[in-house]
This record gives sequence, C-alpha cells and structure tokens, in this order.
Amino acid sequence: MFASGDRVRTRVMNPDGHTRLPVYLRGRPGSIVYCAGVFPFSDAVVAGRPVDEPLYTVLFAARDLWGADADAAQTLTADLYESYLEQAP
Amino acid sequence: MSGTHSPDHDHDHEHDHDASATISNRVKALVATLERKGLVTEAQIDATVTSFLSGAQPANGFRAVAQAWLDPGFKSRLLADATSAVGELGIDLSHWAPVKIRAVENTPERHNVIVCTLCSCYPLSLLGPSPSWYKSEAYRSRVVRDPRGVLAEFGLQLPAGKEVRVWDSTSELRYIVVPERPAGTADLSADQLAALVTTNGLIGTALV
Repeated sequence: MFASGDRVRTRVMNPDGHTRLPVYLRGRPGSIVYCAGVFPFSDAVVAGRPVDEPLYTVLFAARDLWGADADAAQTLTADLYESYLEQAP
Repeated sequence: MSGTHSPDHDHDHEHDHDASATISNRVKALVATLERKGLVTEAQIDATVTSFLSGAQPANGFRAVAQAWLDPGFKSRLLADATSAVGELGIDLSHWAPVKIRAVENTPERHNVIVCTLCSCYPLSLLGPSPSWYKSEAYRSRVVRDPRGVLAEFGLQLPAGKEVRVWDSTSELRYIVVPERPAGTADLSADQLAALVTTNGLIGTALV
C-alpha cells in the first residue's frame, strides 16, 4: 500500500493482455496525490482472474515524461493500480 | 479497418470513421443475436438506453459548478467527494457503474484539463455524451504532450508560468473541472451562474 506523498516509479512492463498503464507512463517517477480506494483490477478482470487492488492518482512532472525541453509549469496525473507502481529507488 | 486504403495514407479521420463503423456493425450483430435467442427485445434495449441517458445532461455539471461558486461548504464537499456532493442537488448517480467522480478546481495558479488517452472515459452522468473531438486521436495524443498548444487552438491562452495539469482518466475515476468564478457575477442567481458554464469549461478546454 502507498500513501499520499509517497514517491513511486511506474513499472516497465509490456503485458500480452489488457492493461491500463499507458506506454508513455512506463518507467516514470511520480508521486501519489490521492488514494482512490479499492477497485477490480482491470488487467486481472480481463484475464478472467478478477482481484481487487488499490487505485492511486499519481502526479508526474511533464519534464519526467517528455524531457528537459518540456514546460516546467506542466504536470499530468493518471489513475494507476498498485501493480503498476514500485517504491521510487 | 477495411483494408481498402493504400498502406501509406495518413488520413486519421478516415480511420476514426472505420473504427466507428466496425463497432456499430458489431453492436448490430450482437443485438440481432440476443433478439433471435429471445434474451432481449428491441423495446427493452430502447427503454434501457433511454433511462441510462435521460439523467445524463450537461445541466447537471453546470448546476454543480454554480452551487460550488455560491456555497463554499458545498464546494469543499464537491472537491472532497463529488459523487456524494452532487447527490445534494438531486443528481442520482446510483444507476451508474461504480465509477467515482472527482472535481478538480481551477485556481489563479493552476488550470486543469481532462483527457482519456486510452479510450474515451468521460463523466457522462454530469456532462452528457462527449464531444466528438474529445474522442479523437488528435486530442487524446496531443493534449498530454502539449496542453498549452492544444488549449490555444481552443482559443484559451494561458499565461506563461501558470501550471497546466492534465488529468488522464486511465481507470475508474471520472473528472470534471470546476472553473474559476468569472469576475462581475456577484449578483447572479444559481440559474444565471449555471447558464455561464459550458461543457468545454468543465473539460478544461475553456475558462468557464
């Protein structure tokens, strides 16, 4: 489980099946800004093995997604299941 | 895809039409099969769609924003738990899938804009069916990389240095933006305030 304020990194993964972790958000550092609750984990539901997982809103700086020339005043959030996240190194 | 296009064309708009046609054909085939097997009737499907969409009006979102402008207590509750707060306005979301609505507030320091890069997730219950551009590949792919540029194309020029935050609704949450209350509206009623709000304002592609 993560808490608001935790620094995380999205996993690098390329599953054969369904996932809600967009490619542009793989392997990126961010921080938890909201704990949304527990929901059916879509990847597992689609695979026919439903489990529930915590879902978090994760905040990213645009420069961590697009590089040093991105706007410093630009940020992005995405709602990501716990399986997509690891503690920031 | 139809496979009739030349392999080197880059006309994305055509692809969108092809994708819609494919889904439309699949839905027709599915409905025909369900009817043939006696599992549903056309009348049942029509009644379900009608009841599903009858409560889904952008007026819901406009009212919620107007109330937030008028009542700081309601605004706090809306920002903390929008799904419950809109219930105070008589907007019943209980027949919707268990998605959670989150309201995010524009401030002098930050402008918010909503997208779903993976598909077309949208707060249908509060905003009605989404505009076609919201579902376009152009909007979905560009607004995450260059939100200022995309917003400028909508006629919204944000001051340099003001944070722009893109909310990519990748999962169970659906977002609405609570715009800043326009200046000079102190004397307006709730209905008059609600009339100022637009769908684009609640997506974040307009100021209000």
